[in-house]
Amino acid sequence: MADTMQFDLVSPERKLVSVPVREVRLPGNDGDLTAMPGHAPAIVTLRPGMVVLLGTDGAQQEFAVTGGFAEINADSVSLLAERGHPREEVTQEVFDEMMHDAHRAHRSAQDRREHVGEEVVTAAVKLLGDMQALGSHIGLDPNSATVPD
Amino acid sequence: MPSLKDLKNRIGSVKNTRKITKAMQMVAAAKLRRAQEAAEAARPYADRMAAVMSGLTANAADQAGAPRLLAGTGSDQRHLLVVMTAERGLAGGFNSSIVKLARQHADRLRAEGKDVAILTVGKKGREQLKRDYGSLFVHHVDLSEVKRIGYDNARAIAEELLARFDADEFDVATIFFNRFQSVIAQVPTARQVIPAEVPEEATAANALYEYEPGEEELLAELLPRSVATQIFAALLENAASEQGARMTAMDNATRSAGDMIDRLTTEYNRSRQAAITKELIEIISGAEAL
Repeated sequence: MADTMQFDLVSPERKLVSVPVREVRLPGNDGDLTAMPGHAPAIVTLRPGMVVLLGTDGAQQEFAVTGGFAEINADSVSLLAERGHPREEVTQEVFDEMMHDAHRAHRSAQDRREHVGEEVVTAAVKLLGDMQALGSHIGLDPNSATVPD
Repeated sequence: MPSLKDLKNRIGSVKNTRKITKAMQMVAAAKLRRAQEAAEAARPYADRMAAVMSGLTANAADQAGAPRLLAGTGSDQRHLLVVMTAERGLAGGFNSSIVKLARQHADRLRAEGKDVAILTVGKKGREQLKRDYGSLFVHHVDLSEVKRIGYDNARAIAEELLARFDADEFDVATIFFNRFQSVIAQVPTARQVIPAEVPEEATAANALYEYEPGEEELLAELLPRSVATQIFAALLENAASEQGARMTAMDNATRSAGDMIDRLTTEYNRSRQAAITKELIEIISGAEAL
């Protein structure tokens, strides 16, 4: 069995990363998981968090994603994310923008509570929490983003 | 008969027009290449999304309790037509062909006694539809400030659609755009986005996947994204088509201007020659009379 798998990080606008890796650590919605070559085929939704790649040379690469989903096969992982940034590129500014989006989603879910149901509001609260955790993990201030009215 | 000076002025003005259309054609060609690259780059995401969705929807469609975005509201009385056109004209039949298709749809639906509402994206379609369908407009998305179509633009439109669907404003949403076939051929296309269409042939391979969380939760999360992805794809196709149509239209205009200049130049030379001949005859007959 091959000891590497193909990893693709795809955003709606373009392919961001395409490299062979030894393992991929994913922030799954129901908990983190690691995909290694020979993994059973699965489709997993992701929460905002860090995706960690272990390259063929043993070097680690980290990417921040704001959710999405991953398609795992025995020899490949395709991650479809609306936003994905290498860790180094996530500056306070970029992060503030992501936080702003999360706040906005949270606000609009709350405003339309009776239309969309309690679950959506809970999901938005969780999203906001995950985003804050992501910020703290990278060492950025989650409270500096402007909160929309 | 126009005087020599008039002809000269006209030749000059047609030459200026030709310069402008030529420049517009070259700008459109450059923008077309960029738009095609963008459409190309967006394909992997859309393809994967479609593959995953086809497996999921095929399984879930027949089951009771499927999400409303897939199963629909149970009625098809109220239709929302999303007409996506350009912000600028001078692109041949680009805008009119989309509007024409949307008009046909709207008229057919109304003849069947359905309720029709129209959401416009892009100024040109709105202007053309305003007179006959102005009372049906529910919303307009302005993209005139947008230099380069991004996923955020598509997401904003999708959110608008989904909010209206959640508020129970319509049953079926259809998007109208031009599919890019080649530089000279763009096909006006109507595609139903809500409720999601279930593909005919489901790929059997998808049945092997393990879904985490369950299929239903996954579907509920992916359906809104799939709407945004389809709108994004349509916007990109539209952008490429617009530039293709403009390039062709401007190429034709440049050629017609060239033909016109040739014709006017011939006429100018003839009149000049006629004037010279006339003067010579006058001089000669004047000399003979002496």
